[in-house]
Amino acid sequence: MIDQSPAIILLAPFLLAILLALLGIKREWLCFPLVIAGLAISVAASVVTLMRVIDEGTIQYFFGGWEPPFGINLRVDGLNALVALAVSTVSLLTAIYSKRAVPAETSDKVSQFYTLYLLSVTGLLGIVLTGDAFNLYVLIEISALTSYALIGMGSRRATLAAYKYLIMGTIGASFYLLGVGYLYIKTGSLNMYDIQEQIVANNLHGSPSIFVAFVVIMVGVWIKMAFFPLHSWLPNSYTYGPSTTSALLGPLVTKVMIYVMIRMILTVFSPEFAFDQLDWSNIIVWMSVIAILAASISALAQASLQKILAFLIIAEVGYMVGGVWLADEMGMIGSIYHIIADAFMTLCVFLFAGIIFTKTGRRDISAMGGLFTKMPLTMVGFLVGAFSLIGIPPTAGFFSKWYLIQGGISSGHYEYVAALLISSLINAVIFFRIIEIAYFGTKPAEGHGHHHNEEHKDGPKEASFSMLFPLLITAALLLGIGLYNQEIVAIITNFVSQFKIGAIIL
Amino acid sequence: MKSFALIAVILTGWLLLSAVSDFPNWGDTESPANDYRLSQHYITKTFPESSVPNMVTAVLADYRGYDTMFETVVIFVAGIAIMSILRRKPLDHLKDKGKETRTYKKDPDLIIDTTCRLMIPIIQLFALYVVAHGHHSPGGGFQGGVIFGASFILLALSRDLQAAQRWVPEKRVLNLAGIGILIYSGFGFACMLLGSNFLDYEILHKIMPATPVEARSHSMLGVEIGVAFTCTAIMFSIYSNLASNGDMKETL
Amino acid sequence: MELLEALSTKFNYWIYIIIMMIGLYAMISKNNLVKKLIGMSIFQTAIILFYVSIGVKEGATIPILYHDQVHPSHGDSHHEADTGHGQDHHPSHEEIVANLHIEPDDFGNPLPHVLMLTAIVVGVATLGVGLALTQKVYRDFGSIEESEILESIKSAK
Repeated sequence: MIDQSPAIILLAPFLLAILLALLGIKREWLCFPLVIAGLAISVAASVVTLMRVIDEGTIQYFFGGWEPPFGINLRVDGLNALVALAVSTVSLLTAIYSKRAVPAETSDKVSQFYTLYLLSVTGLLGIVLTGDAFNLYVLIEISALTSYALIGMGSRRATLAAYKYLIMGTIGASFYLLGVGYLYIKTGSLNMYDIQEQIVANNLHGSPSIFVAFVVIMVGVWIKMAFFPLHSWLPNSYTYGPSTTSALLGPLVTKVMIYVMIRMILTVFSPEFAFDQLDWSNIIVWMSVIAILAASISALAQASLQKILAFLIIAEVGYMVGGVWLADEMGMIGSIYHIIADAFMTLCVFLFAGIIFTKTGRRDISAMGGLFTKMPLTMVGFLVGAFSLIGIPPTAGFFSKWYLIQGGISSGHYEYVAALLISSLINAVIFFRIIEIAYFGTKPAEGHGHHHNEEHKDGPKEASFSMLFPLLITAALLLGIGLYNQEIVAIITNFVSQFKIGAIIL
Repeated sequence: MKSFALIAVILTGWLLLSAVSDFPNWGDTESPANDYRLSQHYITKTFPESSVPNMVTAVLADYRGYDTMFETVVIFVAGIAIMSILRRKPLDHLKDKGKETRTYKKDPDLIIDTTCRLMIPIIQLFALYVVAHGHHSPGGGFQGGVIFGASFILLALSRDLQAAQRWVPEKRVLNLAGIGILIYSGFGFACMLLGSNFLDYEILHKIMPATPVEARSHSMLGVEIGVAFTCTAIMFSIYSNLASNGDMKETL
Repeated sequence: MELLEALSTKFNYWIYIIIMMIGLYAMISKNNLVKKLIGMSIFQTAIILFYVSIGVKEGATIPILYHDQVHPSHGDSHHEADTGHGQDHHPSHEEIVANLHIEPDDFGNPLPHVLMLTAIVVGVATLGVGLALTQKVYRDFGSIEESEILESIKSAK
């Protein structure tokens, strides 16, 4: 059973999604236990897989028993295993949160929501684990289709946001497909590792089709990860959708796409091609600097908490794209560490936003007046997340910024370091403003009408356990990831050191 | 906005076309795609390894069966997504427009009704033929499933949605779709339980009265049947949701 | 002329990329939501055709083995039939394989076909979800022209 563990990571939520679709319509009480069961098995399997990767190195799993390139394989190394663990943990925590939120916000479609939820997680896990380029496209489309529907189930404006996301997401995925097509024409293979072998064997690094394939794949993935200026689908989608959707998709979708970009650069097109031959580092680092600054400044201007968080996601994407394209080993390590840290940071603040929306029915910041006294535990959770986004030790956010800054200095891109510091400052301004309102502001009235009489006089009570528990666990994990950053970075360094990044330049 | 889009599109097109000079000619048998060991293996080894003459079905259902499973999931997701976006109780619709209740049955046109009554069973029979003969001629689960679903859509078009829904009510549609995917993944899980990898059909010869090679062929048929179930159900579900605007009461 | 030669031997790529760009232009610049979806459909169809044209081999047939290759018939077995069941004239799988000789250049490349079966399905699914979203937008806002919808959102604020 142990050697089936990579497959179980994504087969467990998949199987339970189908069972949920069949059984959950008439029996709504079954939905929640099935979701938790599927995701818990997935988390357990990812832990087992991570342990195996630390012991054995890269592990492979052949579907249908066929060796690649004839069949499709899962190829799990240090990068995959960590990201898969992060994805499954985030989904499990969000699922626990959703127990109250989903029946409240999408009351007549609970079983459909959870089916799409589990299938979305399956799609994301499949993207992270697969070793085949075309299989990646199919899984991108699964996670995308489920996202469109999950967002579209929200309020009135959510439908238009989901439509815009559909158009832009399809352009991105189709560009990716085109890129794979160009690669296939020149190499004849679809397996990621095999494509690289073929490129090297046939000496195709100089050929224009490989160059165009790289550009097209990069642009496609940038659209899907909301890299500025291709980001316009993100703010509305994550604001007007149901709060559970934002808590699931916000932390995960963009980070998984960054993983795809790293995988394409490192495994399919080697780092020598991407960094040395193309020499785009300067341009792309400048683009990410503009992305970070533009997104952070836009976040300052927003009044709705979820819009602020959405723009912060765009800024974080800028950090990671810049970190990867610094063409520096420290920068790459920092970006990969940041994927994991950022997944949990974003989850923490989105859970908080969801709790506020459920309790007060309002999305704007002034809804949080005086909440420090009424909902202390929630505020503690939010504080950890906010400190992590600003970059205060010992939270994970500080360490990831530390590694990224080291990478920026050692590769000589001081503009990137400056952008990181400025955006940390802007984040500090945003979050201290929120904390100030929460500590000193006036209490809002109870909006959503769950509890009536006594609530109205005192303002909202502390969040219910099913919503509070994941928030506090996430906060604890942020501290844990920060304190244990050496161990995690050791795994990442083990993975990254097999590619000679930065040893060739300067 | 339109001029900006035009510039972007022209730039993209120019970028894509710049690589065309590097491509192999159309129909070149020595091109990397056609010459590489991957497609050579598929062409020469499919029959010895799985006794299925149709290489496309063999690659689809056996070598890249994992991909096909997720393709079925894509269809399933589309059906559930459309249902969750559009579906609503008809009462709201009438409240919006302020209409009185209408009778939804209408008398079917004689010529259309008779023709469809003759054609629909033949279409369904052909659909079953396409699914069953996927191994020997172009066909398979998707194609057969779509044809079968089309027969129900034809019934709904020639009469009204109620007549078709007597055959495939909403509950049955969802069940069919789910069972289709469960059949597919059931084959995969059976392989896992017998000790081999997911979707490694060869091990199924222990529970089937067949040699390992024939077990692949039979499992491919089983898997394609699962795909056909899902395809049929979701094709009709998509039609009924889109055409009736979520009400399931009246269509085009 | 080099350009003419390049055009005539690779005209399939040229045509499909031009169609792709037409679809992409429609997706980005049109105002009507349904026209954008039509553009999306054009774009994806052109990609599908592009892939299928990769797998074409000159002089090759479809990627399905011939009937007589997999069921070799013994010509005189029909005469034997009326003398009772003499020999078993269904050769086993191993015997067929041993006598099988497949020339790869006779058959088209099956892989692009398989990939595009998947891509067609994905395209249909996305189109379906897009149309459902368009219908819901019409239900909620009363219009499917993007400019009108954005105006009604602004005026509702």
